[in-house]
Amino acid sequence: MKKKISRRLFLKAGAATACTLAVPNIASAVSKADIHNQLATLIDISKCIGCGACVEACSEVNSSKYPAPRKPFPKMYPKRVPVMDWSDKQDVTDRLTPYNWLFIQSATVEKNGEEIELTIPRRCMHCVNPPCVKLCPWGAARQLENGISRIDPDICLGGSKCKSVCPWKIPERQTGVGLYLDFLPSLGGNGVMYKCDRCYDRIADGKLPACIEVCPENVQTIGPRDEIIKQAHTLAKETNGYIYGEKENGGTNTIYVSPVPFEELNKAIEKGKGKPHLNPVKNVMANANNLGTAMLIAPVAGVVAAVGKMYSMAKTEKEDASDETE
Amino acid sequence: MKQNKFHIGQKSLVKYIYRIIIFMLALSGFAQMPVFKRYYIADIPGLGWLAKFYITHYIHYLFGLIFLAFTVYIITDFFLTSRKKYKITASGYIRAAIIAGIITSGTILVVKNFPGYHYSPAFIVAMDLIHLGLGCVFLATGLTCMILKLRIISRLIVVNSCSPLARS
Repeated sequence: MKKKISRRLFLKAGAATACTLAVPNIASAVSKADIHNQLATLIDISKCIGCGACVEACSEVNSSKYPAPRKPFPKMYPKRVPVMDWSDKQDVTDRLTPYNWLFIQSATVEKNGEEIELTIPRRCMHCVNPPCVKLCPWGAARQLENGISRIDPDICLGGSKCKSVCPWKIPERQTGVGLYLDFLPSLGGNGVMYKCDRCYDRIADGKLPACIEVCPENVQTIGPRDEIIKQAHTLAKETNGYIYGEKENGGTNTIYVSPVPFEELNKAIEKGKGKPHLNPVKNVMANANNLGTAMLIAPVAGVVAAVGKMYSMAKTEKEDASDETE
Repeated sequence: MKQNKFHIGQKSLVKYIYRIIIFMLALSGFAQMPVFKRYYIADIPGLGWLAKFYITHYIHYLFGLIFLAFTVYIITDFFLTSRKKYKITASGYIRAAIIAGIITSGTILVVKNFPGYHYSPAFIVAMDLIHLGLGCVFLATGLTCMILKLRIISRLIVVNSCSPLARS
């Protein structure tokens, strides 16, 4: 018996398939976004003398952005919701707090059999694809076109999701400030999250970030990411140094060059709350983004399945019809 | 006859799969907000994953992918095989419009999460709120339609020339 698919059926299925052919093109275009023009900084750890000028300058320049909480804080429900209050500890400079967005970490390590002390300026890494920004449920954390990630204190509700998803746990919360006070302060929200915004406003005015401008040793260099990566590799080659931040979390815009391996530095630094590690970090957004690309071509699968079903129904109908005529 | 039974069985299977997808999408979607840990829901044995943002994000994407493929399958199937037998009801059009809004805002948010993609902050806030708002509206509409037994499609009455209705 000869089984035929009618011309009308063929045209319908063809049109449906053609409509979905454009979708993979959209998916492939997605991976062509330009990340090379993001601003990155190179931090040459061997130059840092730990004078703290960068910490002071950061505080001075950004003090107008620091939280001014309303007290007493609203009573929180349920009781497990922690009150995070740094307003009486604004002088703390040995860790990250809502009032201290940059601090100096120290490490005593061995190099060529000699004990040396290294100091490392630590702040937000400004990831190329920052999970704090991408996973913020309200859009309060945002990435600027020059790659700087910052948290808008007018929108942030202080849920601390940005801190949970940050591989270095950088953002710090201050209770009693922000938008949540105007809604249901006892039941939702808990303040505002704060972290380094790399002096985005100064950069917009054509100035350098405060920490870079005041550094007496020129520890930091800022520029387009591609150039900074090249400089970091040249420096590492010249000094037999090691690089951190280029590949971490799929790439960051803070590139450290150290005279000793980062495994050793990581062992030597004090880590904990407000004191980030120097571990290797895998790209935390990679799995979901692979699925995201697949999501953009999912409609094709839907159309193929429906067209397949239509052909199979048409075949069965023809078989039934021919059975009846026999 | 055989085909009819198969068709009915397939329709109810589609319905149950769709409900499971919607449930998982809603659950993992609400888990994008830091509320499940705060309100002890993640403390319930077996629900600890609701407080793990990367897991819930991945699950939301996974079911989003299935949802998208399934929705396109149902729409294409309707236009290819069922358009002459069924018509979309008013509540069906309302739900379709809500789903279209959820898919559009969701797709924009997925694209935003790729490296190097920037939209204006106000636009992202709007998309976040629209996605969440439409999700809630969809659940409320679905529940209302279930209670009132409003269907998405209804069978067309075929009037042929031999029927008494046609002659009168």
